[in-house]
Amino acid sequence: MTSSNKYDAIIIGGGHNGLVAAAYLARAGKKVVVLERRHIVGGAAVTEEIFPGYKFTEFSYVVSLLRPEIIRDLELPKHGLKILPLPSTFTPMENGDYLASWDDHDLTRREIYRHSPKDAEAYDEYSRVMARAAKAIKPIINLIPPDPSSLSVRDMMGLLKVGQYAASLKEKELYTIAKLATQSSADLLEEWFETDALKGTKAASGIIGTFLGPRSPGTAYVLLHHYMGEIDGAFRAWGFAKNGSGGVSGSILNAAQALGVEIRVEASVKQVKVRNGSAVGVILENGDEIQSKVVMSAADPKRTFLQFVEDKYLPDDFVTSIKNFRTRGSSGKVNIALSELPNFTALPFEKGHDSVLHRGAVSISPSIDYIERAYDDAKYGQISKRPYIDMIFPSMIDPDMAPPGAHVMSCFVQYAPYDLEGGWNDERRTQLGEAVISTIEEYAPNIRKCIVGMQVISPKDIEAIAGITGGNIFHGELLLHQIFFLRPTPQWADFRTPLKGYYFGASGAHPGGGVMGAAGMLAAKEILKDGNL
Amino acid sequence: MLNLKTTPFHERTSALCQPQNWRKWAGYFVVGSYEHVLDREYWAIRNSAAMIDVSPLIKYIIKGKDAAALLHRVTTRDIHKMKVGQVAYTGWCDEDGKMIDDGTVSRLEEQTFRLTAAEPNLRWLMMNAVDMEVEITEVTDDIAALSFQGPNTRKVLNKVTETSVDELKYFRLMKNEINGIEVTISRTGYTGDLGYEIWMDAKDALKVWDALMEAGADYGITPVGILAMDMARVEAGLFMLDVDYTSTTHAWIESQKSSPFELGLDWTVALDKQGYFVGRRALEKEKREGSAWKMVGLEVDWVGMENIFKRVGLPPQIPGMAVRGSLPILVGNVQVGYASTSTWSPLLKKYIALAHLQKPYYEVGTDVRMEITVEHHRQHAPAKVVKLPFYEPEWKRK
Repeated sequence: MTSSNKYDAIIIGGGHNGLVAAAYLARAGKKVVVLERRHIVGGAAVTEEIFPGYKFTEFSYVVSLLRPEIIRDLELPKHGLKILPLPSTFTPMENGDYLASWDDHDLTRREIYRHSPKDAEAYDEYSRVMARAAKAIKPIINLIPPDPSSLSVRDMMGLLKVGQYAASLKEKELYTIAKLATQSSADLLEEWFETDALKGTKAASGIIGTFLGPRSPGTAYVLLHHYMGEIDGAFRAWGFAKNGSGGVSGSILNAAQALGVEIRVEASVKQVKVRNGSAVGVILENGDEIQSKVVMSAADPKRTFLQFVEDKYLPDDFVTSIKNFRTRGSSGKVNIALSELPNFTALPFEKGHDSVLHRGAVSISPSIDYIERAYDDAKYGQISKRPYIDMIFPSMIDPDMAPPGAHVMSCFVQYAPYDLEGGWNDERRTQLGEAVISTIEEYAPNIRKCIVGMQVISPKDIEAIAGITGGNIFHGELLLHQIFFLRPTPQWADFRTPLKGYYFGASGAHPGGGVMGAAGMLAAKEILKDGNL
Repeated sequence: MLNLKTTPFHERTSALCQPQNWRKWAGYFVVGSYEHVLDREYWAIRNSAAMIDVSPLIKYIIKGKDAAALLHRVTTRDIHKMKVGQVAYTGWCDEDGKMIDDGTVSRLEEQTFRLTAAEPNLRWLMMNAVDMEVEITEVTDDIAALSFQGPNTRKVLNKVTETSVDELKYFRLMKNEINGIEVTISRTGYTGDLGYEIWMDAKDALKVWDALMEAGADYGITPVGILAMDMARVEAGLFMLDVDYTSTTHAWIESQKSSPFELGLDWTVALDKQGYFVGRRALEKEKREGSAWKMVGLEVDWVGMENIFKRVGLPPQIPGMAVRGSLPILVGNVQVGYASTSTWSPLLKKYIALAHLQKPYYEVGTDVRMEITVEHHRQHAPAKVVKLPFYEPEWKRK
């Protein structure tokens, strides 16, 4: 073996978390290599030209929670990160009207007022309550989850921090958080609003990436995450990245490479090499061996612990608990190349004129019932006949995403269950695409004749292409029993694992999914703290 | 009814200006912002193609045998070295070497120049033209000007111009046609991005506007007001008269005046040029002895600012647009200067400012503190002196 195959750290997986971790380690002067299975890095944050000239932000499609400190520390703007505004959400309604929220507070208030003066007023107060609650729980994101059962100094100090933090909360905030943690989003929203489209659209954000419906308890908590970005004030990183999600990972890649990180693509890891109870490198599928002082996995928890490491190196209860980690994929993605924009009958635009609504998100979420019904189908292993769809038109925000005059459209679809009755095949994929098109057609009748190309991605495809077990976009659902010191499993939420020298820093670790980068950053910091490299 | 003037693009701009956000500029109304939130207009400059009406720029045509000699005498640049088709940015000074105004000189023909200015300068030019064979005409109202800025502008222009602009170099101009209308296109701007300024007869303004809007529809063309441009020009390290410096013609006291060196314009002061020019002796002296002040870039440390806000339980709150207000800069507890414009940079994700600092604090890397107001209390956020510009994409000059 040559010395060029020896590193301080190996990062398995070139998704955004892997790249972030690598960059932070290299920044500390370490020799780092990132091993990526595919021919490109980015993981689920990639942009690919599936049809010539049309760039699809294939899986993830918006930036919302990318941590400001990562943007700063790695100087991502210098490396090409541009977060473009995504100013509105437009919900077409079944009665032919629409409900929109715009980037200007007064415009939005007038719009809600049109539907319900009471809701317009409640909306302001709701936003304030949620923003305050989000501000209250936000410090948790950057905490290393302590193990409440442990007596180690590190965990005790960690618990002390959580305790201090909990004590700093006002009584009212504590109640709000307790309620949010246990309520369903439907119950929460019913308390505030009467307009169906408003409740439906808000509720939708509580189910994204989970296998739950708006009436399932615990979904209210997920709504909170959407207010996190707002507290970052001017710094907020909410929007559509130039060149899609591939633009985000591209900028992290550039930063990592500038710091000296080595990237190897088409380098699929077979196994973590263990000697004397410690991870000492990896063996690739092609048989090559690479040595390192530590190994970090940025893959999903199941791959990380059940595939890369032989069972004998991990405690039985740990393995069982990883096996039980819920990674049920519930959503798919339909990416469409368009010859022209679909025209929504609720707010049509004249050809040759600018369309305001296409610059933002369009949400097919006319009511809570609509989404709950979509969930009913999925519960019994079916694709939703009428799914919840969150669409954006990337080419309207970044004109370089499609040839001049043409457009691309990104549709996030829920529910498309991973465990589909009869299994996923081309026919079922066509069925998912058709469910999306015929649903949109009800609101934008010309959609079909605008389509020049379509890519349907089922949870099985997310698994096969992005390498995420179960095809869950968060590497594991954001359920209350799977967050903070329980993510991915009790006692091992601090990015360390039962195997010495083996670390875990991806969406399946604290604080969870979304193009956030926090897990990669925190894991890298813990690796450096341990000082074994 | 008495009112300010409107620009030749008013018919179009007024129809598009949703928030009725108008600003006064040299006696004209121009659009402050077309939308309620500045984000999209700002990002058009940095990501696609921004249409900015800059018609109120004061413009002079200087023509005649001694046209070059007059500008050579008035400005700090070596005008005799300029080729036809070249544009030069310059300041001009009084006898004490203090700035009167700044703008661009374009050599349209061997003996014809266009000078732009922020404020009227006709009298000053006339005074300097005594016994010269030169004709100076103000053409502000006759020539409409459109600043077309952003990385997609070249592609859009090439769709409508008679001659491709591919060969047009940075700070050069060319005669061209847009849909048969004669225009002059210069590779200039006030944003530090790829960009052009299009000069045309006022009566043709709407036709040019329409042609560009149509050609740019697929390239993210966006009408942009001067508020978004104000953010971009700070990122580009470009200053503004009456905001970042005071003209000697307006200054009440000596300390309000600035020399070109103090504004970081060293590169525009051609002390090696032949003959006399206004302010020469004073500028030579300052060059020898060093400047007492310097305009520099400041980057506010976000974490430091976050900590100050955290003390009162708030996240950092800064305005989403450029602030044209003076903010004291301290080292220790001593004031060593002031910031004249500060802005949040949506692209860099940094709070930045143009600041004027006293010797020796203007050296790059110096740690200073900038005043911020947190819940009605004056606080001081840590900041660092950095090189200008804050942002310079590779395609600006390419």
